[in-house]
Amino acid sequence: MERYWNKEIECMSREDMKKLQDERLVAQVKHVYANVPYYKKLMDEKGVTPDDIRSTADLHKLPFLTKADLREAYPYGLLAKPLSECVRIQSTSGTTGKRVVAFYTQHDIDLWEDCCARAITAAGGTKDDVCQVCYGYGLFTGGPGLNGGSHKVGCLTLPMSSGNTERQIQFMIDLQSTILCCTPSYAAYIGETLHEMGYTTDDIKLKAGIFGAEPWTEEMRREIEKSLGIKAYDIYGLTETSGPGVSFECSEQTGMHINEDHFIAEIIDPDTGEVLPEGSKGELVFTSITKEAFPLLRYRTRDICVLTREKCSCGRTLVKMSKPLGRSDDMLIIRGVNVFPSQIETVLIEQGYAPNYQIEVDRINNSDTLDVNVEMSDDKFSDMVKDIQQKERELAAAIKTMLGISPKVHLVPPKTIARSEGKAVRVIDKRKLV
Amino acid sequence: MLIKQISIFVENKPGRLSAVTKLLAENNIDIRALSVADTKDFGILRLIVNKPDETCEALKKAGWTVSLTNVIAIGITDAPGGLSGVVECLYAANISVEYMYAFISKAEDQAYVILRVDNNDRAIEALVENNFTLLKASEVYDM
Repeated sequence: MERYWNKEIECMSREDMKKLQDERLVAQVKHVYANVPYYKKLMDEKGVTPDDIRSTADLHKLPFLTKADLREAYPYGLLAKPLSECVRIQSTSGTTGKRVVAFYTQHDIDLWEDCCARAITAAGGTKDDVCQVCYGYGLFTGGPGLNGGSHKVGCLTLPMSSGNTERQIQFMIDLQSTILCCTPSYAAYIGETLHEMGYTTDDIKLKAGIFGAEPWTEEMRREIEKSLGIKAYDIYGLTETSGPGVSFECSEQTGMHINEDHFIAEIIDPDTGEVLPEGSKGELVFTSITKEAFPLLRYRTRDICVLTREKCSCGRTLVKMSKPLGRSDDMLIIRGVNVFPSQIETVLIEQGYAPNYQIEVDRINNSDTLDVNVEMSDDKFSDMVKDIQQKERELAAAIKTMLGISPKVHLVPPKTIARSEGKAVRVIDKRKLV
Repeated sequence: MLIKQISIFVENKPGRLSAVTKLLAENNIDIRALSVADTKDFGILRLIVNKPDETCEALKKAGWTVSLTNVIAIGITDAPGGLSGVVECLYAANISVEYMYAFISKAEDQAYVILRVDNNDRAIEALVENNFTLLKASEVYDM
């Protein structure tokens, strides 16, 4: 039997949902226009006033926001509430120059945790469950979001954060965790370690996992489900819109229901910005209609996916999004961390290398690998192998400092990295995600 | 007493080595000795040739990453124990051998060893003191 956290909203008729969205959007645009000079300027430049937005049908008139806007407006430029009314800051994992920070009032925290509570309930969670949260805690939204959702549902919550896998498994066994929340690659690793430690799924009580923050395949889902003896649910979100829980999977496991009472989703053509009809593949754009402190309107996620309103067997009427098929720009998510090729370029230049490089990302045994090929220069070359390998290690360490994840660096002869006539092909992503 | 050795950075891929040797042939360069150090990803081709400066220029012009390193060439008797004395002598003088490679001359019972050590001056001193025959650059190039 399907469980709902808020059946009235999750199964609301299309007509009522549209009415709710219309009201909230109109109010939100007024709030933003009055309180966010940065966005007001964008609207003024486009010749749009709050009076022009009378319903969701007018949404397309509003200007887009992109990650570049968030960086430009860092840190307070998109804030719509006085700081005295904000209670929390979270930040993106990417560190391309300026971080992106998001602000929350208590109302914003509540609605975010409420979204996470819906996800946990859809995965079968109740107050009788023991929910082990192994997403990172801190500025990253994964830990705090699921932790809050778990509290709302009334689960006994284990705020483990990530790492120390053997201890994770010991707690899982001793305290009989029933729900696991983490990135899919970490779930796969926990499964692997469980079996390496000589345990089987009979030794644990897990029944469900809520996994997100990085792209993963159906194949990986099946593997995790088998190795942990659970049903694995996808969850989606981004710091810019609140965090995990913007959308979540139900028992049907065929896409994620978007919490439309808080976020209006659109699919646009990433090149022209034109809104595409339902069922088209394009870039996902979110408009926050309830958030107070950091209400982004028409925020371009760069995630490519498809929206569908086909009837879902779970009974929810919330629109469903497919797993993101890829990013519309160069950003990579590697082991849950946002990586921009430009960050690697920065390190290369700092270390005295020419910015001729290629990044290869792959997934081996359900874990992401990052290889960086860099062209050797005359002044870095030595007649001794150990010197060259030392240079590779130094470069890898510098990249790790920048990204937070370790790459393998390969120095290659000059001109061996293929040059392109247009935009350089910096990234070869071999992960098969669809 | 020092010999110029050319080192070339070569991708560990089919055809790379032949591209170098072809270039050398076209430039009429005579190879005296060579060795290859390789890893999974790359190799370093080390060459002793008759005209190192010219060779270096030709390789650079063709886009290769090249360096010149000073090494020592030493003549030994082509008989058991010939090399042992050299290595012992360097060890006694606390000199590290980074790598070495040997070749046999056209003249009978003579062998040559190219030595890359961490300190050329001290190595030469120790070898000369122990009466080993060091080759002059011109002797090697015109061999």
